[in-house]
Amino acid sequence: MVDTLTPVLSDNWDTDRAWTLAAYEKAGGYSALRTALDSEQDDVIQLVKDSGLRGRGGAGFPTGMKWGFIPQGDDKPHYLVVNADESEPGTCKDTPLMLASPHTLVEGVIISAYAIRASHAFIYVRGEILHVVRRLQRAVQEAYLAGHLGKDIHGSGYGLEIVVHAGAGAYICGEETAMLDSLEGRRGQPRLRPPFPAVAGLYSCPTVINNVESIASVPCIVSNGAEWFNGMGTEKSKGMTLYSLSGHVTRPGQYEAPLGITLRELLDLAGGVRAGHELKFWTPGGSSTPILTAEHLDVPLDYEAVGSAGSMLGTKALQIFDETTCVVRAVLRWTEFYKHESCGKCTPCREGTWWLVQTLERLEHGEGNEGDLEVLVDLCDNILGRSFCALGDGATSPITSSIQYFRDEYIAHLAQGGCPFDPAAAMLFSTDEPVLATAGATGYTAGGVV
Amino acid sequence: MTELETFTTSPMPGDAGRRLPETTIVELHELAGRYPLARSALLPMLHLVQSVEGYVTPTGIETCAEILKLTAAEVSAVATFYTMYKRRPVGSYHVGVCTNTLCAVMGGDLIFERLKAHLDVGNDETTGDGAVTLEHIECNAACDYAPVVMVNWEFFDNQTPDSARQLVDDLRAGHEVQATRGARVVSWRDAERVLAGFPDDRADEGPAAGPATLVGLRLARERGWRAPEPGSGDPPATDGHPVEAAQRADTSRAESEAEVEHSAADTAPAAKPSSEGAPEADTDRKGS
Repeated sequence: MVDTLTPVLSDNWDTDRAWTLAAYEKAGGYSALRTALDSEQDDVIQLVKDSGLRGRGGAGFPTGMKWGFIPQGDDKPHYLVVNADESEPGTCKDTPLMLASPHTLVEGVIISAYAIRASHAFIYVRGEILHVVRRLQRAVQEAYLAGHLGKDIHGSGYGLEIVVHAGAGAYICGEETAMLDSLEGRRGQPRLRPPFPAVAGLYSCPTVINNVESIASVPCIVSNGAEWFNGMGTEKSKGMTLYSLSGHVTRPGQYEAPLGITLRELLDLAGGVRAGHELKFWTPGGSSTPILTAEHLDVPLDYEAVGSAGSMLGTKALQIFDETTCVVRAVLRWTEFYKHESCGKCTPCREGTWWLVQTLERLEHGEGNEGDLEVLVDLCDNILGRSFCALGDGATSPITSSIQYFRDEYIAHLAQGGCPFDPAAAMLFSTDEPVLATAGATGYTAGGVV
Repeated sequence: MTELETFTTSPMPGDAGRRLPETTIVELHELAGRYPLARSALLPMLHLVQSVEGYVTPTGIETCAEILKLTAAEVSAVATFYTMYKRRPVGSYHVGVCTNTLCAVMGGDLIFERLKAHLDVGNDETTGDGAVTLEHIECNAACDYAPVVMVNWEFFDNQTPDSARQLVDDLRAGHEVQATRGARVVSWRDAERVLAGFPDDRADEGPAAGPATLVGLRLARERGWRAPEPGSGDPPATDGHPVEAAQRADTSRAESEAEVEHSAADTAPAAKPSSEGAPEADTDRKGS
């Protein structure tokens, strides 16, 4: 029986100066690199295929299979691009991973790049996390000095350069082809596919784009084996992963568990919804995944079960909202985000997100009418599947799912001529008296499990 | 300086003939040399321009264009796309209050309102003393520390209106300020230099992790939970070969490479689609 929590990626986060090469190597770091360099590239790809590792950026595509799409024996350079542009609302797993243990990522990058026969790798990290950029820069520098990077790594004949590349503030650049355009020094707008990045990616060369957590999971698979990894998780969702709890929960934070744990179990570990309150709605994997409610507490949080429940596992960003939260306000704010971040390339997303915001604003302020709900659904129908990339699709998720579960609450706004909720009740601090700087989630005592 | 002036494609009167410092031009060339194709350096180069100029100036645009053999219009098109590139001078401290849904609901909206009143500025405006530029920002990947405020892109976790007011007062008074999970706060220009790719040797400052980052790990330690030992014999939970399982998960489009881009939805049982038609795998996208 596998334990409830299985710290692997997070296992060294509490060690002294965990971000340094010395601390990482003391904990066994970079031994997987030597193992990999002693293996054939194709064997490393096969190992990752056998492990069942699936993309942790949300899409859940089998990582080894993605690598397998890279043509071999061609004369073109191959590239590995790490998607460290963590910006999906609610998502906060890669950032603490890179802050605490950047070498886990760097070692994963070297092994992965070796497997796909790339001699250049890029870590595209969002620019708004300065200290993470510093830690990555330092880790790469240390890896060069230790001979883990550069020409002829440890006498293997294999060489790799890593560039840490800071973005400049654009959610869309997390979309993998927009990321490639951005990395080529252009506006970050998605590309028409085909051709796919595996054939024509960065500089029109074969390119793999993987999420930070996916790449960071590679060293432990190389060290411990595919069977060890797929001994955790569920039938089609293998291994351990980082679940991030935030919002109205007693102890928010990172919980590393085998895929398939339920929100009920996670809330139990996290001390429940904040004291005196109950769960109203939550996202399984960021704002682009349709919201779920208390009726979904026992859904196994793996790719299949969350899909069957009408949502997506996404980034496993579990944003918890209790009964004090106005769902219309929450959805309006997310929609404003999509409007702001729409790149403007395609009409359904560019125009549609503007109309969505206007319609939702009317409803939130009690100024619309019931027909506006049908307008919203119709707008979403015209965006979903008709947008150039998944940003437009994602923008419809909170709207359609909230209307599905909370239609009455939209109507209540109309009946009352405004929002029936007091925003102060949802805040994590009191506004009537001075509040200590440390208040917030940590200021609450353990509450009951929902 | 108005917005109109800032992003014009030719130097404004008074700007004509002005050059960036020679050391900056050398560093811009250095950045261009770090990539297989020089144009890939444009984002870092614009960060460097901001570190020297205080925002993206016409001179900065012209210089990048010249080095990369692009037109100024091509560089402007890129500079205007990204929110971190500023069209007007930024204060010494860029204070970003997260008002995306989760932080907003937890108190970020009130923090932002209180700071606007306290500093007497609106969104994306700078205090009269040039010390603080206030802006509401989107999700900054620290939701387990909500509500979050960023100063020059350093984390200030679990904020309240009072703590945020104290923070900006300290910044304006010139006191040294330590990020919750990060370094002693440097100036906005110095931060931009690091983002451009010139480290400032502060990587060792601050903790490895904050309390929320470690909450699961500490619980596991308390309860003696750990991942299985390699070779400990726990049989794979699968009833089939894992590769087959992965392939089964994606058979609906296995014949094309489409699944490179869209995979999550493929894995949802086709028989039970969301009644809303759940969007496909948003996620390579935000992946994060």
